[in-house]
Amino acid sequence: MQISVTINGKQESGEVEPRTLLVEFIRYQLGLTGTHVGCDTSQCGACTIHMNGKSVKACTLLAAQADGQDIQTIEGVAPAAGPLHPMQEAFRDNHGLQCGFCTPGMIMSALAMVERHKGEDLDEQTIREELEGNLCRCTGYHGIVKAIAAGAKAMQGGS
Amino acid sequence: MYAFEYRKAASLDDAQKAFESADDGTYMAGGMTLIPTLKQRLASPSDVIDLDGIDDLRGITVDGDNVIIGAMTCHADVAASADVQKAIPALAHLASLIGDPQVRNRGTLGGSIANNDPAADYPGALVGLGATVHTTNKTVSADEFFTGMFETTLDEGELVTKVSFPIPEKAAYQKFPNPASRYSVVGAFVAKTKDGIRVAITGAGPTVFRVPEMEQALTAAFTADAIADISVPADDLNADLHASAEYRAHLIGVMAKRAVADCS
Repeated sequence: MQISVTINGKQESGEVEPRTLLVEFIRYQLGLTGTHVGCDTSQCGACTIHMNGKSVKACTLLAAQADGQDIQTIEGVAPAAGPLHPMQEAFRDNHGLQCGFCTPGMIMSALAMVERHKGEDLDEQTIREELEGNLCRCTGYHGIVKAIAAGAKAMQGGS
Repeated sequence: MYAFEYRKAASLDDAQKAFESADDGTYMAGGMTLIPTLKQRLASPSDVIDLDGIDDLRGITVDGDNVIIGAMTCHADVAASADVQKAIPALAHLASLIGDPQVRNRGTLGGSIANNDPAADYPGALVGLGATVHTTNKTVSADEFFTGMFETTLDEGELVTKVSFPIPEKAAYQKFPNPASRYSVVGAFVAKTKDGIRVAITGAGPTVFRVPEMEQALTAAFTADAIADISVPADDLNADLHASAEYRAHLIGVMAKRAVADCS
């Protein structure tokens, strides 16, 4: 079947099987390999993307379900040649990653979290609760939590 | 995944026609249980009928003494709804505890109750509040809707359309989550409704159930102490690598007491 999506602001279409997962379409057909497959069982969140502005796990959606929808992946967060997004910058500054495998999903979850808590103070407990759907096997999370707090602040124009 | 046909329904009628014309069709709401099941090849439907395009099935309204939630409303929307938070805060709280943020953005009320996973949270709220389930064929009380492990009164091709939750005087949900999956090992929903006290337990048995002894004791005195000596036998409870039946029986008392304490 033919599907077409808006992905990172660009119109893309492709031929998929009904059983093709959205993450397979994104990685193998569109070549956007920043979205990772960690567990493939809906647990780890490395495949987190935004669909119509909401964070979702691309390994637990069919490509067919994304037909006509608006998708954002890690590649669409900042311009390819330009500076990093403040949230990405905060991950670098706060040692929010080691191997980096979970990072795209962490960033996409972090951005969704900031959006959900707009105008509120994103405290440590809220960040930890909101990260329930993302696993990291390197950092022990402390750096990630600090990075998200700093990134959220930077996005609101703070220091 | 085995191959299947994907069909996106635009209306209830469209969905039911697609189901009837399929060899072995299945409906898909949010897909948070169905897609993992398909990936593990535990199911091989001929057709997956996606309900996501049926906008009539989505939405939250407060109508007098009831909160009415459309079957395709996702958990995140229930958790964030100002109307639900005001009318039945325990229900918004319960929705906020399901899975994780990404799952709550996709998983739906209708999908959860139609699947009736023994460890799902929503059955606790439906039975705990004495809700009414509306389907394409009938209107049925939550007490009758859930009939067994992964079993409900839904017939072949029948769809849940909405659930009506009576607004209680007080209610609370306390859950002991599996630390990895966030499914409830045991969840207790306690409500003081205009028809009396209700105590519903999910996660512990093959399907949600009420504890009449606790309801009677709480009618006499609505305090956590009133149910401190009431125990539920472990005989028919679930046992798995996460918790034995005896442990679940113990947790029922603990979670029910916490829920009662939370009501005040």
